[in-house]
Amino acid sequence: MAERQKIDARGAFCPGPLMELIAALKLASIGDEVDVWSSDKGSASDIPAWCAKVGHSVVEASEHDGYWSVVVRKAK
Amino acid sequence: MSKTILIVGGGLAGTIVANGICRQMGAELRSGALNITMLGTSETHMYQPGLLYIPFGRMREAELFRDQRKVLDKRVNFFVDPAKAIDVEKNQVTTEAGRTFKYDYMVLATGSRIMPQTIPGMKEGGHWFYDLDGARKLRTALNEFKGGKIVINVNAPHKCPVAPLEVAFMLHDYLKAKGLWDKAELTYTYPIGRLHALEPVAHWAKPEFEKLGIKYETFFNTESVDPQAKTIKSMEGSELPYDLLITIPPHQGAQVIDDSGLGKGGWVPTNTKTLHREGSANVFVVGDTTNIPISKAGSTAHFEADVTIDNLVSLCQENTFAREYDGKVFCFVETGLGSGTYVWFNYTTPPNPGPPSQMIHWFKLAYNRLYWLSARGLL
Repeated sequence: MAERQKIDARGAFCPGPLMELIAALKLASIGDEVDVWSSDKGSASDIPAWCAKVGHSVVEASEHDGYWSVVVRKAK
Repeated sequence: MSKTILIVGGGLAGTIVANGICRQMGAELRSGALNITMLGTSETHMYQPGLLYIPFGRMREAELFRDQRKVLDKRVNFFVDPAKAIDVEKNQVTTEAGRTFKYDYMVLATGSRIMPQTIPGMKEGGHWFYDLDGARKLRTALNEFKGGKIVINVNAPHKCPVAPLEVAFMLHDYLKAKGLWDKAELTYTYPIGRLHALEPVAHWAKPEFEKLGIKYETFFNTESVDPQAKTIKSMEGSELPYDLLITIPPHQGAQVIDDSGLGKGGWVPTNTKTLHREGSANVFVVGDTTNIPISKAGSTAHFEADVTIDNLVSLCQENTFAREYDGKVFCFVETGLGSGTYVWFNYTTPPNPGPPSQMIHWFKLAYNRLYWLSARGLL
């Protein structure tokens, strides 16, 4: 059964939200989802841009009170 | 009644915690009210950051090692008997030799390890310096290098986040000194869209790379290595040829963490401030073992260990919590064989590296010796 994992990378300067997402996806199964929380506005565009390059799906991206949430589904 | 603190892991974080508690709880240790036990995987303690210098002949192998029993306070019961099963419900750990250790408080400090075998062809086609055997092989490869394409390939996640940049700058200086820089083409690959996870470090490194003639490719996450064709492919669709591949392999935590159901990939879900294992009031997690989204670095382990010492001592003596971890990380950055800088940050303060200098490089060289004072809990 597919799982959804949350990574709260708000305020994480290093390695940062996208590196955390990449690391989490390596351990995930196909169909699993990772919800990355980031206080860096750039993540809202960087993460979807990387997913488009690699072929993972962005399920949703939303802005909350001071942070962005991007949910990515592992596609391969 | 006697209390037992069990430390699982004998690396930097576990060793600082053990020694720090001994320094603060001498009376309890003398009276038998407290005992501290450590389960390690080796009789020796390795200064891991020193591995960076081995391929360049700048440190001797013997300088990296000390007898762990001499680094540890004599009052610590030290067993070279790795944990095989950790049961946080029963407050006990079973070891590979079949012993069972009960605890009142446990510190998980099982660290991380390189996993080149998780990427097809990487183990056969790559060199690295993140363990002694790899550093020796890379030293040999560099001694035999006469020219050609070198790829420095960085994979996520990995510890010591500045080491990939350091090895690039040091390699430039090394090849230049040997008169081989003009015969070499160095390309650095990084998983995200800049040269380093820390934005200010990436902004500083980019013009430095361009000035030195180091090529780079970002958004490069390794899919496979072909050792016969000598090519490396990324998930993003690019392919690079190489004559010498220096990789920073992806890391995972200890197998026992995964096997005990404490965290996928060996990373334990950990409260970012208290350093408690999520769901356990008597289990602390320090160093690379946590899943906290910060750098896996020796300094992180050190600062987390300091907080954990205060909290364990406070809990044992005063039945209260002392303080929270603020996310502090400090890293020296070697910017060549004769210059360096440093960067520090925490959960609320962004990094702001200063200009490189020879003085900071010398301080890093001094720290290569001072490390043993840190491990002993004196610095």
